[in-house]
Amino acid sequence: MGETLKNAIDWLFEPTRYFLGSAALLGAILYFRKFFSKTIWMWLFFVLGTIFFVWAFEDPDFNKIITKPDNVPILILLAGVVYFSWLALRQAVINDERIKRGEPPVEGEEGKKKVFTWPDLVYTEFICIILFTALLVIWSIEIPAPIEEPAATARTPNPSKAPWYFLGLQELLVYFDPWIAGVLLPGFIIVGLCAIPYLDTNPKGNGYYTFEGRPFAVAFFWIGFILFWVSFVILGTFLRGPNWSFFGPFEYWDVHKLEPLVNVDLATYFWVDLLSQPRPDNPLIREAPGIALLAGYFFVLPPLLAKTILKQQMKDMGFLRYNVYMHLFLWFGLIPIKMLARWVFDLKYIVGIPEWFFNV
Amino acid sequence: MEKLLQALRSTQIWRSVFRHGYPDTPRNRTLAVLSNTFLHLHPVKVRRSGIRLSYTWCMGGLTFFLFLIETITGLLLMFYYRPTAEYAYQDIFGLREHVPLGIMRELHRWSAHMMVITVWLHMYRVFLTGSYKPPREFNWNVGVILLVLTLLLSFTGYLLPWDQLAVWAITVGSNMARATPFLGHEGPGASLLAFGGLNFVHAGDDARFGLLAGRFVGEGALLRFYVLHCVGLPLAAATLMAIHFWRVRKDGGISGPL
Ligand code: HEM
Repeated sequence: MGETLKNAIDWLFEPTRYFLGSAALLGAILYFRKFFSKTIWMWLFFVLGTIFFVWAFEDPDFNKIITKPDNVPILILLAGVVYFSWLALRQAVINDERIKRGEPPVEGEEGKKKVFTWPDLVYTEFICIILFTALLVIWSIEIPAPIEEPAATARTPNPSKAPWYFLGLQELLVYFDPWIAGVLLPGFIIVGLCAIPYLDTNPKGNGYYTFEGRPFAVAFFWIGFILFWVSFVILGTFLRGPNWSFFGPFEYWDVHKLEPLVNVDLATYFWVDLLSQPRPDNPLIREAPGIALLAGYFFVLPPLLAKTILKQQMKDMGFLRYNVYMHLFLWFGLIPIKMLARWVFDLKYIVGIPEWFFNV
Repeated sequence: MEKLLQALRSTQIWRSVFRHGYPDTPRNRTLAVLSNTFLHLHPVKVRRSGIRLSYTWCMGGLTFFLFLIETITGLLLMFYYRPTAEYAYQDIFGLREHVPLGIMRELHRWSAHMMVITVWLHMYRVFLTGSYKPPREFNWNVGVILLVLTLLLSFTGYLLPWDQLAVWAITVGSNMARATPFLGHEGPGASLLAFGGLNFVHAGDDARFGLLAGRFVGEGALLRFYVLHCVGLPLAAATLMAIHFWRVRKDGGISGPL
């Protein structure tokens, strides 16, 4: 019974299932938000989570990865993101109902009342500080900070992992070359975050929790932050072992587990499989199909959408806003597109010009 | 007892420090905030909703608090740590054995992890309450830079123990710089920046070299990261936090429905 369950969990956490499952779960929670914002769900999450932990702790492989001192914060991150997402959703549901009834959001009613900073705010801050200090001191006494062997540039550990907060980007290295996963995408994340206040022209939801006032913005941030950032950090920490191969939570980290790489370039699919020719030597001709696809994606799609389904958005946002927004969004969209193409077609590169280090 | 306190409160020393009575009247409560350097980061009165824990999650405040812990414990750690390949590992290793009450390194490390988490959650809550919308656009941007600084602080600190974990994590992280378009020697476009057979961008002068002060993570990188970690980045972060907090007030306090 125990073993079957463990195997089932290992099976379930395989990256494709893990990602698609998380995506489906997120969608369901947002769609049935009224149902999922009930308090019982948080009880279930924490109680079942604890039971699971106590049960799984016995397993040597699970135990080994969970009790690494530097992995404790990831569990806190997981619990924190789940709890606070739920808390935000709950308040959004309550506010949306009030607004539907024509009442102001909870924050609006409360906001009319002003209270003194001393003692009301100072007191809350003080309690937060005391509790947090206590937590940190106990944590520091209980779990010593790790120190490994002295640095040796000749001996590469396997796996070599970046610090945990960058593991989302390291996970993207499975699908993209370093110049995209490690330079371009982080750059776009920073630029994109900075641009948010200037791109989002919807005046609703300023200063209170809501979903229905700004469904797209909230869903977008949930997906970006939870699915593509936090869940990848968790995947990279707990489920990626030697050679960055996938290992289930109950699986032994075997250095010799190698996943066969059978990925194929788009150029090969086009020239060899479709046209039954050898791949042309000139890289520009060879990669023409991929280049055409990308050019269409980035430069034809935005004006096309502006003329058709996104007409209203284009009018509301104006030319510049619309285009900046679309390009950031399309870069973001490239991530799931490439992931799906990899899973479904074993696609390696859409455009692959290793001569110039230009691989997409 | 009452008399003694009374006497204490009327000494010149006491009155030179505290310019108000016990803060239990509106007047004294106002003065308590206004006359205190630190408390007067706050307005005298705040919106009831803005200080509700379920609204702000206290995450911005906790991030700042963790930054303060990092500053204090970091300062103490600097007494024991020499940033050279010869001593760095030994010094960190010795902390546990030789230093009384040696949980400074633990406090510093766990607080650093927590700070990354709290700053993410802070951003998450600011987004979900729409608090980046006018008039707070600029402060959101200050926040984004603070987020980047927090991650860089953590990243530079990761190298300092000079053990296998540290060196290889930084190697993996900084390898990305090699692939920077035009600026990294394995980045797209770099090979275009050549004259005759001469490459302008190569492993000895590209973006990664600039980050690490060398072709691999060595002593040069250790010193560079140490200086950034202990001086450069904290100064930048502290300055931006001052702007951030000032702006929270100037933009009308914690956000609420207009
Ligand atoms: C070192 C990092 C940071 C510190 C110490 C910090 C601190 C704070 C504090 C204490 C507040 C008051 C309200 C609260 O606690 O929620 C605040 C508000 C705010 N923060 Fe930050 N913050 C940091 C990073 C960020 C980041 C990464 C963002 C966004 C990208 C951000 C955007 C904002 C905005 C827009 C407000 C105003 C919110 C409102 O009025 O409701 N901050 N910050």
